[in-house]
Amino acid sequence: MNTPTLPVGGGCRTAPVLKERGQREVFCGLTGIIWLHRKMQDAFFLVVGSRTCAHLLQSAAGVMIFAEPRFGTAILEETDLAGLADSQKEVDRVVEQLLARRPDIRQLFLVGSCPSEVIKIDLSRAAERLSAKHAPHVRVLNYSGSGIETTFTQGEDAALACMVPVLPESDARELVVVGALPDVVEDQMIGLLSAMGIDNVRCLPAQRIDGETGVGPNTVFALAQPFLGDTHAALERRGARHIPAPFPFGEEGTTAWLAAIAAEFDVPAQTFEAVTEAPRARARKAVAQASEHLNGKSVFFFPDSQLEIPLARFLTRECGMTAIEVGSPYIHDAIVGPDLDLLPQGPVISEGQDVEKQLDRARAARADLTVCGLGLANPLEAEGLATKWAIELVFTPVHFYEQAGDLAGLFSRPLRRKSILKVEAAE
Amino acid sequence: MKLTVWTYEGPPHVGAMRVATAMKGLHYVLHAPQGDTYADLLFTMIERRNHRPPVTYTTFQARDLGADTANLFKTACQEAVDRFKPQAIIVGASCTAELIQDDPGGMAETMDLGIPVIPLELPSYQRKENFGADETFFQIVKHLSKPQSRTNRITCNILGPTALGFRNRDDVEEITGLLSDLGIGVNVVAPLNATPADIARLPAAHFNVLLYPETGEAAARWLEKNHDQPFTKVVPIGAGATRDFIAELARITGKPLAYDESRLRLPWWSASVDSTYLTGKRVFLFGDGSHVMAMARVARDEMGFEVIGMGCYNREMARPLRAMAKAYGVEALITDDYLEVERTLEELSPEMILGTQMERHIGKRLGIPCAVISAPVHVQDFPARYSPVMGFEGANVLFDTLVHPLVMGLEEHLLTMFREDFEFHDEAGASHHGGHATRRIAEPDQEVAARQPAQDNAPLDLSISDEAKEEPASGSDVLVWLADAERELKKIPFFVRGKARRNTESYAAEKGLQKISIETLYEAKAHYAR
Repeated sequence: MNTPTLPVGGGCRTAPVLKERGQREVFCGLTGIIWLHRKMQDAFFLVVGSRTCAHLLQSAAGVMIFAEPRFGTAILEETDLAGLADSQKEVDRVVEQLLARRPDIRQLFLVGSCPSEVIKIDLSRAAERLSAKHAPHVRVLNYSGSGIETTFTQGEDAALACMVPVLPESDARELVVVGALPDVVEDQMIGLLSAMGIDNVRCLPAQRIDGETGVGPNTVFALAQPFLGDTHAALERRGARHIPAPFPFGEEGTTAWLAAIAAEFDVPAQTFEAVTEAPRARARKAVAQASEHLNGKSVFFFPDSQLEIPLARFLTRECGMTAIEVGSPYIHDAIVGPDLDLLPQGPVISEGQDVEKQLDRARAARADLTVCGLGLANPLEAEGLATKWAIELVFTPVHFYEQAGDLAGLFSRPLRRKSILKVEAAE
Repeated sequence: MKLTVWTYEGPPHVGAMRVATAMKGLHYVLHAPQGDTYADLLFTMIERRNHRPPVTYTTFQARDLGADTANLFKTACQEAVDRFKPQAIIVGASCTAELIQDDPGGMAETMDLGIPVIPLELPSYQRKENFGADETFFQIVKHLSKPQSRTNRITCNILGPTALGFRNRDDVEEITGLLSDLGIGVNVVAPLNATPADIARLPAAHFNVLLYPETGEAAARWLEKNHDQPFTKVVPIGAGATRDFIAELARITGKPLAYDESRLRLPWWSASVDSTYLTGKRVFLFGDGSHVMAMARVARDEMGFEVIGMGCYNREMARPLRAMAKAYGVEALITDDYLEVERTLEELSPEMILGTQMERHIGKRLGIPCAVISAPVHVQDFPARYSPVMGFEGANVLFDTLVHPLVMGLEEHLLTMFREDFEFHDEAGASHHGGHATRRIAEPDQEVAARQPAQDNAPLDLSISDEAKEEPASGSDVLVWLADAERELKKIPFFVRGKARRNTESYAAEKGLQKISIETLYEAKAHYAR
């Protein structure tokens, strides 16, 4: 009962993948800082980059966020490029300035960008030196969120992956759940697992550096987000073992995800049923209500966050939609394989992007709902297509049972809105 | 390296995008890494544009760097021309592409695309967005405008309006209408809604109206020099400036211009007795140089405010802004450092800010009302209604804009008289701004001295100076507020409390006092009475 039934006509795991290379209308990995800096409350993200990086960070969420940010940009200037200024000394100077201003910071991430990568500023050397200098109060790490190396959510992957090697060694048999989740969702998840008798669940990233978990050969980990390929590999290098599962979106995905963990920890079937029965029923009811406008409709996914495959699985299996194309920036079989198994055959599975060609396909398909980035949404709406901005799926609590209805609601709202508006768009 | 939290301007290629997106029939091929496409959403989301910006990005990745990014550019360029069939293209590099030195301009010029190719050199590590827009528009004009004879009737071009500009859409409509009332035709508006073919026709006009010096001045100067077209220097923001603008048009065209002020309501709205409460409100201005300079005049001469400081983030305008600040007897703040602006505002504690979206947020934190008068813009700066800031209707709009954030006349008096009312107290904010009327919580006296600093988004209680709170009286230069004076200060409405505190402290310092009593407070009040 906890194992989802495979599609009768077969899944998409072995379906041919349309691989595209061309202009990619996607964010770079720096964007992940927008949610990571709120999740990790003692961390600061210092981008070493250009004015473009700073401008991206303040524009990415569609509006400017003016709460005191725990991120900033060390903007490269002409003297940095001409080699007149020693980049290592410059990084030191800016970090001193920053730490003086924010003495509450316990972990500092030096984040590489396109220009810092191209001119080869060695941020790992800087991080090592600064870590030694400011230990034990501040730990300094580095990763690259550059557009030449990372696409949107891969920035979170790179950030988490750079933390794995410095996690303490541990022999405890512990479960680590990997991926930044909204606090309320994290609490729900921990509640469910602990009701099944699985305690000591650790989260990566932790809210604070003191809450960090150890890792070792007895560690097992589950991914809460599908875009964590490098972190997955880094944890395996530390000896930890991955529990593959479909992602916890919707009633079915959440049940399958929890079931995989329950199996790992030998939770009796009876206990599992007792714990999940009520929230499953609630989730089914909420999804049924919210998906009234989705049933029988078609959906087209532009590549954005790598959430596309698990979300397409949710929309097709639980909300009655048909997928026409499911695009993802990258497809890691080890991570999204279980979701691809469940996704009924039919849609084009595409990896990478050539945006003009994909727009041609989207216009030809005229799906009832097109899921795309903010740069494309209004132009497609103006062409009469209903769209859902993909970034909201990353910024909204959508995981696990209690959010299943909200997740369906995010997709149905544009369709509902289209059906209630009685004005023709003037432009 | 410069540590930056928020930026007023984007990089110069975003300025080029503002020109390209404003125009029709022009395409921008931008050599840029994956991720730089974020800039599209500025136009599609903030400005609600229903088309993608006409920009093709090469979106190169690390694997391309080892291979052939130059070829990637050529392919992107050819495909863009084939697909979009523009009348002309502009080509350039973003900050990262500038480093790999592929010379997109040079490559595109050798490609034989059959249309004009305009290469852009925008130094990303030295200059910023406004420069990028100004330089791009200038290059387009230089490459495409053609010598020709003047139109028979008197016409002008309107130069400078771009995509993502502050109220540009409505300013152009208002000024076009004004010119038409004066018998002056508009030959071309550019870059907004102009095609490359329109740019070619620019020299047919008799003169140019430069509405936005930040984005159009280089082109206006070049047209003056090469096509003998004078351009206007007055930016018609406010009633007085609009009249001056008309006088300038009369000088340029050499004929007297009769005009109709019947729609202009600002002078009477400002003269009517209800507006008395605006007198001497202390305002601080910050934004782009042109808007700040024009608005300083409106604030002082047309609203009756007291200008206590002004500044701009674009260094290109530093010189004229400094001169104006000097004439107004205030310091000019020329900086693109948001934190410095914040510090200055904390120090000056004005009663109102005329600023950008950034200052609006600073104001929110400090409990100072703010009216937005300049870019950088936000989705709110693109209202659905007609809302120019230029010309006579623009003056009317400005009156409303500048009054709206304030607590209004009679309400201000009531708050002063009955400030202890538990529902209608000063921290509840202006009654016409819904949503945050909170009940005052009664505080025992001893808690007054130990209040926590106000939280974000709540009106900041300025009653206790940070110095007095955090530092015990130790040296002779430290002023101490006695508890009853502190309490008395708290009875003063929040929108003038900052001023009262500062005045009292400078009065006490002047008199060599170390302790501030109720007496000192009222002596200072009498001293500074106007």
